[in-house]
This record gives sequence, C-alpha cells and structure tokens, in this order.
Amino acid sequence: MTLVFTPDQDQFRDSIQRFLKDKMPTTEVRRLMATQRGFDDDLWQQASQQLALTGIHISEDLGGAGFGAIELAIACEEMGRSLFCGPYFSSAVLSAYALMLAADQDQQEQWLPGLASGDIRASLAITETATIWSAADIQTTANTSGDGQIRLTGSKHFVIDGQTADLLIVAAQSPSGVGLYLIESDAPGLSISPLNTMDPTRKMASLTMADVPAIELSRSPESLLSTLLSAACILLANEMVGGAQQLLQSSVEYTQLRYQFGRSIASFQAIKHRLADLLLDVELARSAAYQAAQTLADCGDLAQLSQAQQRQLTEHASLAKAAVSETYLKVALETIQLHGGIGFTWENDTHLWFKRAKASEVLFGTPAEHRERMLSAMTEAATKENAA
Amino acid sequence: MNENRIHTEVTQWLGQHWDPNMDLITWRSLVADSGWGAPSWPADYYGKGMSPQDAAMVEQAFAEYGAVGAAQSGVRMLAAVTLLAHGSHEQKQKYLRGILTGEDQWCQLFSEPGSGSDLAGATTRADLRGDEWIVNGQKVWNTSAHHAQYGLLLARTDWDAPKHQGLTYFIINMEQPGVEVRQLAQMNGHASFNEVFMTDAVVNRDDLVGVEGGGWQCAMTTLANERRSFDRARDVGGRKARKGKIFSDLEEEFAIANEPYTWYPQRAGRVDLIMPRAVETGAINDPATRQDIARLHIMAECAKWTGDRAKAAAKAGKPQGPEGSLGKLAASNVARLASRVHTAISGNDAMLTGPDSPMDGTIAEILVSTPAISIAGGTDEIQKNIIAERVLGLPKEPRFDDGPFRDVRRNTGPAADGTN
Repeated sequence: MTLVFTPDQDQFRDSIQRFLKDKMPTTEVRRLMATQRGFDDDLWQQASQQLALTGIHISEDLGGAGFGAIELAIACEEMGRSLFCGPYFSSAVLSAYALMLAADQDQQEQWLPGLASGDIRASLAITETATIWSAADIQTTANTSGDGQIRLTGSKHFVIDGQTADLLIVAAQSPSGVGLYLIESDAPGLSISPLNTMDPTRKMASLTMADVPAIELSRSPESLLSTLLSAACILLANEMVGGAQQLLQSSVEYTQLRYQFGRSIASFQAIKHRLADLLLDVELARSAAYQAAQTLADCGDLAQLSQAQQRQLTEHASLAKAAVSETYLKVALETIQLHGGIGFTWENDTHLWFKRAKASEVLFGTPAEHRERMLSAMTEAATKENAA
Repeated sequence: MNENRIHTEVTQWLGQHWDPNMDLITWRSLVADSGWGAPSWPADYYGKGMSPQDAAMVEQAFAEYGAVGAAQSGVRMLAAVTLLAHGSHEQKQKYLRGILTGEDQWCQLFSEPGSGSDLAGATTRADLRGDEWIVNGQKVWNTSAHHAQYGLLLARTDWDAPKHQGLTYFIINMEQPGVEVRQLAQMNGHASFNEVFMTDAVVNRDDLVGVEGGGWQCAMTTLANERRSFDRARDVGGRKARKGKIFSDLEEEFAIANEPYTWYPQRAGRVDLIMPRAVETGAINDPATRQDIARLHIMAECAKWTGDRAKAAAKAGKPQGPEGSLGKLAASNVARLASRVHTAISGNDAMLTGPDSPMDGTIAEILVSTPAISIAGGTDEIQKNIIAERVLGLPKEPRFDDGPFRDVRRNTGPAADGTN
C-alpha cells in the first residue's frame, strides 16, 4: 500500500498545491460557481497543459504522462482541498477510466489523447434512478437499426459536467447486456438540461435521448460497471480527504483566533477534544483513501482483473467511499458548529465544503450501500475460501 | 562490527557454553557476565557498547541457535533503562545483573489513588531520617508487585517546591515489613494489578536514583519505555516445545510474567472473532447487524493502516506526522465498537458469563474488559489533550497547580497531608 509517498510524489503534490492556491482561492470558486458553465477556459488549459493534470494517469503513447492511480489520487485530493472548479473529475477521472476500461485500442487512440490534453471534455452518464450503479438501473436502450447505426433512447441523471461536455459516455442496455456508448453533445435527438445542484461547484445535468446516434465501446468486460464504480469511488474518496483536511485546518485556525470569556476558545477542552477526534477521523479516512488508491494502482489493466483482484478492489473502494464520505460530512458539520453563528453565513466559506461533502455523501451510492457492498465482497471471498 | 563477525562470535560463544540442561538462573548468569545478554549496554555494565542494530543481530544469533537470552519480561527492562540513564555507578553494579539473570523481579510504584492522570501530583512521602528515607503512602495499579523484590518508587521529598520539582525517584526493597502488597480485583474478575501500602518503609540513602527533586525526569524515562516492555511481554511465548531444564524454567517464568495479560486481547475487542461469530450465530444475515459489522471492519482496517503509515514514514526518515499519535485513541474506539457489535451478534447470550457463555467465556470477557482500554496507560481524555496540544498546536488548559505543592488543591487521603 502507499504507506508513504516518494519524494517525487511529494514534489508533484507541492506543485499542484501552489498552482491551486494561486489560481483557485475561494473568491475564484465563488465567481465560477455562480456561472452556468462553472469553469474558466484559461485555467482549464493551464491545468491540462501546463501541469498536465488531465493526462496524469494516461499512458504516454496515448498522450498522457504515464503515471498511475496514486498520482491521480494526489491531484484529486488537492482539487478537493481547493474545491477546484472544472470538469476534471468528470473528464480526466470518470471518462478516462471508462475509456481505458471499455474502449478498444483504436477507440482509445481516437479519444484518449484529447482527454489527456484537455482539448476534449467528456462526461460519464450512468445513473438513472438508483444511487449506486447497477445493471438493473439501466433502462436506456441501445438499438441497432437496419443501416447498422446504433441509437440510444432513454434518460440519464446526475451527469457531472454534462452541460459543458463535448462527448458523453453513456451506459445502455443492448441484447448482449449493459455496455458503454459514445455520443457527441450536438448529436440529433439529445437534449441536455442543467440541474440545480446544492453544491454549485460541481455542475450536473440530465440527458434525454431519443434515437441518438452512438458508437459502441467494443471492449466490455464482465464487471464493467462494478469496476468503474470502484475507480470512481476511490478517486472521489481521495478528493474528499482533501476537503476534510481543509475544513479541519480552518477549524483549528479559527478556534484559536476566537476569544470568549477572556481566552481562546481552542483552550477549552470541549473544543480541543472535538478537534482531536476530528483529526483522528480525518487520518483514518486518509488511510482508507490512500490504501484504496494503492489497490487500484496495483490492479494493472482494469479490463482483465482476476476474481481476487475484483473482490479486493470492490472491498477497498466501498470501504473508502463509506469511511471518507461520513468523515467529510462530519468534519463539515463540526466546522460549522465550531465557527458558531458565522459558520452558518453565506459570507463564511465553510458552506462551500459542506455542500461538496453533502453531495459526495450520496454521489455513487450512500455510505450504507457501500458498507453492504464491501461486506458482500468480503463474505463472498470467505465463502469461496471455505469451499476450496 | 560487521554482521558475519557478530554472528560467528556469538555462535562460537554459545557453542562453548550453551547447555539446555542447566537451570535458567545459572545459564543467565553466564550470559549476563559475558555481555551477550545486553550487548547495547555499556561494557562496564554487562554490555558490549554495541549499536541497537548490532545488538539486534546478537539477539537474532541467539534465536537461530535456539539459546535462551537474558530475562526481558515485565518491568525489569524499565528499571534497567532508567538506572542506565540516571543511576549511580554502584546502583548499576548492584542491580543490573539481577535484572538480566531474572533473579530479581521489579515493579513500578508511580500511580496513586489520588493521582492517576496527574501523575506528578503524587503524595506518597519520603522523609530523610539519618541515613534512611522513611516512606509513607499508597500506590496503585502496580503490575507484578506481589512477585517483586524491588520497586521503582516516585515519592514527594519537598512539599514547598512546585509539584514536579518536589518528587524523587527511589529503588525500594519490596520485601520488608513496612511494605504491604494487596491484589486489586477488577470488574472482569481478574486481578492483574496490586495496591501497595507503605508504612514507615525504609529506603537506603544509596538507593535514591538521580538527584533529590529530580524524580520527574527519571519517571519520564521509565514511562517513555513502557510500551516497549508490554510488547516484549507479549512475544515471549514463542519458544515452547524445546527440551531441557532451562526451557521448563523459562515456561514457568513466562506463565508468571504473562498471567496479568491474558485478558488484554479481549480488552482490545477481538475484532478477529466478529466474522466467525456472525456466521456461527446467523447474525451475518441480518441487514442491521451487517451494517454494524461493516462499520467495525472499516474502523479497524483504517486504524491498522494508519499505524502502518506511521511506521513507514518513520522508516523512510520522514518527520512524524499526526498519524503517529493516534493509535491509542483509535484502539479505544475500535474496542468500544467491537464490544457493541459482539453484543448485537450474541443477543441474549451476551447476558451470560463463564463457561456457559459463548466461546467458553471469551465473549463475556470481551464485553466486561473493553471499558479498561480507554483508561489504562493514559485515558482517552489525556490522549485528546496531548493530540490537541502537541499535534494540533492548540493552547494549553489554564493550570491551578503552580507554586508550592503544599498549597495546591488536591484529593485528600490518609497519606496526603503534607503538613503531617
């Protein structure tokens, strides 16, 4: 596991931290979150090309930097810390993994370099009605008409950055099962409507598709949705750790500055003990996120996982999602409380992270669903071992 | 010294001297006098002045040869570390050998009924009369005091100095009329600790460790090494199935040394038993219990990984991060949750105890032992103060115990009256 980061990884983190500190202060977060698009093109280009963050985990022959899940997790953590506004998670994380998992060599060569350079922004559309992804939730259909053209019909919700994506990767049912399909955002029959999300730093949209022409991603491994869900949860967990750390830091700073009854409120045990508890929670959550990132990194080609790898990935991904999302929300709530009245105001920045925490709690499945998913993977493993 | 040379030298020495049919003390006397029993100690005091790395190789060579090394269990190593750091030449000569041979048992006499978390508030008093210190007071939580020949005693010698500066550290002979040891029964039925009552007990003037008023510094040395001694006590059980008198002597020693610790795994919550019990009882099929089991698994795994991160950072030479200070608090949380989940899994059977209860009483012992873990070795509350102040850098609590200790408000008790 990633017990400890290498000096190169520490340096990589420092450079992202410096960049985001400079470019994404909360004044900028507030400016961008009030816009419809939700991000700044110049900044996106700098993050993509100057820092090469969008292709960090994509192989070099496909235009990426050739690093892995650990480096991607570092980038996500730092973006979560600063509430980076931009389609990074939707495009560089979710869509890139979807393509690496389901696209064949030709399709990867066609699309991944664009994602790696940030020139193409893609979004992943899986969710319809359920919180956690499953084949049973996919009602969207992929029909092949007489001319051989595949067409998608159905609707998708909670598509992250769907309103600004150039390319949409959509899960749909065909006679051979659930697969992933590419559609372009200006395709006929497609309508994209933005959702009013509580967390305005993460834009979402709904898609309605009526016979929208699509391309099938032709490599569809058996546990496609499960593997993709695990990767999504792991990177989201690392993103959440960054936010939780930022909130803890702001509580530690604010309570020391705040004087009541002639002393800093941070000198009261009622406050100190809560902050100590939060530190413990954040560090435990951090361990879960880092371990899960390492498990993902150790998997190699996600399309060819052994059963044991699949179980381990499921267990660690859901463990991290459940652990970190509960911690993130707890730290956010405590941070509001520790700030007192000012913590409930619009002017104070705490609510920005609280809303991200609240949204991340249910995104890709609730903590309870992930505890069950983790335990199912574990007991499945135990049953198999006993049988053998 | 290089690795091979150490290995060869130790093996040669063992070849000349090792005989498993010797009695344990005779063998360990040879070991102590040779310097191989504590090679990292100074050559003047039963050691060879080796680096800790080289000393570890000696230990490894003993293990590979299948030979028994110096005694290590219990409080004796805490005594040795403290004496090596603060003791006089005469004290080191007099006591270190008996520590290594296992002839002498030691105990720690620090905590008192009136001072637990606030250890420096000790009110056991020592007064100099002629060439002797006369000790009066009560100590508590003294593991192995009922077997010990010597105690490491923290006592107040100056009531007009501020609290930490009025303490002095002594070696007290436990086998004297003024010292009474009583076992202290716990709520889980075990009696792992003792109370020690001292009534005009006598300490020879030469047995003052360090300087008068310097007891707190010595006690800090002892406490800094406390965790290591527990670890040692736990891993001494791995040498069974060996033949010879030495090994039967050794087994007897381990049995006595480990007796106070048999319930410690249960105190930590026995997370390892959760899944087998859930399957055995069918609780694994209950959705609500599954959520509890999953929560516990997550917490326990995260605690383990956090400890691993701390170790790896230390190994990589990185400065210690917050992850290194959280283990004890995490362990308390895990034990508490484990106890709840064991209860949920056992249902009605959680009301039973003894052989009728699940797993021959093990489950009952978990339920009734876990409350100890958030108290022993520093309460959760003290841990949180330490984390808040040293890791997060928050301001200290206002204190009300400066100035002469005589004037500090404190618990009152039979021996607590400084004006006596």
